[in-house]
Amino acid sequence: MINRRRFLAGITLPTLAPIAGAAEKVWQPSELPEGAVDGVVVEKLQGKVGLIKRSYRPPNYETPIEYLREPITRNDAFFVRYHLSSIPKVDPRTWKLAVGGDAASRRLEFNMAELRKNFDAAEIVAVCQCSGNRRGMFSPHVQGVEWGVGAMGNARWRGIRLRDVLQKVGVGGDAVEVAFDGADGPAMQGTPDFVKSIPIDRAMDENTLIAFEMNGAALPHWNGFPARLIVPGWTGTYWVKHLTNVEIRKTALGSFWMTPAYRIPAGKFKVDRFPTQETQANQPITDMVVNSLVTSIRDGQHVKRGQPVEIAGIAWDGGRGIRQVEVSTDGGQAWVLSQLGKDLGRFSFRAFKHTFKPKEAGEAVVMVRAVNNRGDTQVSELIFNAAGYHHNVIQRIRLEVA
Amino acid sequence: MKAMRAVAMSAGLAFTAAWAGEETVKLKEGPGVDKVRQNCVACHSLDYIPLNSPFLDKKGWEAVVTKMSKAFAAPIKPEDATVIAEYLAANYGKK
Repeated sequence: MINRRRFLAGITLPTLAPIAGAAEKVWQPSELPEGAVDGVVVEKLQGKVGLIKRSYRPPNYETPIEYLREPITRNDAFFVRYHLSSIPKVDPRTWKLAVGGDAASRRLEFNMAELRKNFDAAEIVAVCQCSGNRRGMFSPHVQGVEWGVGAMGNARWRGIRLRDVLQKVGVGGDAVEVAFDGADGPAMQGTPDFVKSIPIDRAMDENTLIAFEMNGAALPHWNGFPARLIVPGWTGTYWVKHLTNVEIRKTALGSFWMTPAYRIPAGKFKVDRFPTQETQANQPITDMVVNSLVTSIRDGQHVKRGQPVEIAGIAWDGGRGIRQVEVSTDGGQAWVLSQLGKDLGRFSFRAFKHTFKPKEAGEAVVMVRAVNNRGDTQVSELIFNAAGYHHNVIQRIRLEVA
Repeated sequence: MKAMRAVAMSAGLAFTAAWAGEETVKLKEGPGVDKVRQNCVACHSLDYIPLNSPFLDKKGWEAVVTKMSKAFAAPIKPEDATVIAEYLAANYGKK
């Protein structure tokens, strides 16, 4: 097991408290539980714009839809998600990354200057989406953080390749997983620390990074300063923040956060495998399923007959890339191709838009479905699972045409 | 720091490490609300309760309380756990 405390030496411990802000009116999906809607407030964490507060402590804050209209999400509007509430403000001058494990040839510690100097820089645009994004829209509702659509963001991450660092300590032929721990931890002795692992082949993938920067600036504190793991295509649970420890392992990690947490029923979704962690009943969540979000119109919006309405938004998947985004304006009978925006890489949000000129008065039901380069598309009916993951149900947005 | 918190808990003291803003979360008054306040705030703000409402039945809330003590090591006394689950089901349970 990783020993967190050992690597906390030299890291200062005061926690950062959010700045209380006035409640503002904010759009939320109508499917959310009553309690999530009634109790909602928009709050500013230090260094952030007002985000939709789901919980104060640990801090869980969602990006309002207005900030998801551009394919790159601003750092100060990027969502915040923690499981545990002891979140130190890491001092980059004393921070160290320890890399070792029972399948490593040696154990080494690197400071920030060494990591930046000794390894080639690497950069990737990738979506970070919480596994439970849209959990609040599940029917029936399931317990957890009741997220709407904004527990996600897309950024240009810059740092170094994980595999280069692993090769520096030597990767044994018997390595099966690489585990990661960050400086954040539990408030209560005995609460499982947040430790995650990924398969060795994913760790050695050229796209898996240790990032120091996000959109050309240092990582915000709330998004993992000074270093976080980037696992493009896979859900945010693997993107360990405030990274302090990397362990190359001969055996599967058995932490609470690998099992029973973050599990999906076996065989229900078409997703990447993670063989060392699979059981007969379930498997760990891995890559994101194909999905899209309409950001330009809202359910119940009034529009005028003959006047153009822009149907625009973003689409993404687990790394195959978006092939096309289809739009229907008649409740799913006829579908047309939308126009795609600039390709920022297969792990990125892809912008789309389509201009709709309603011809008749009454209700027009807009639906959008993304298709990835493997031919996967979004589902019409929710694939229910108790933890509330992989919600990619096609949206239905009613426009009132007058 | 952790050791201090553990001592405060074992002495039966209500330990709160409240963050700015969370004091605005108001739970419904009712039998057992004091036990909820004492126990739950050691690890998290109380907004998790209304956030997860009203869709869990009594069994559902009992499972949540069990998860908190078994999986997350919250030192909730068994008699308190019953009172807490009853409060949650009565005030934030499925209608």
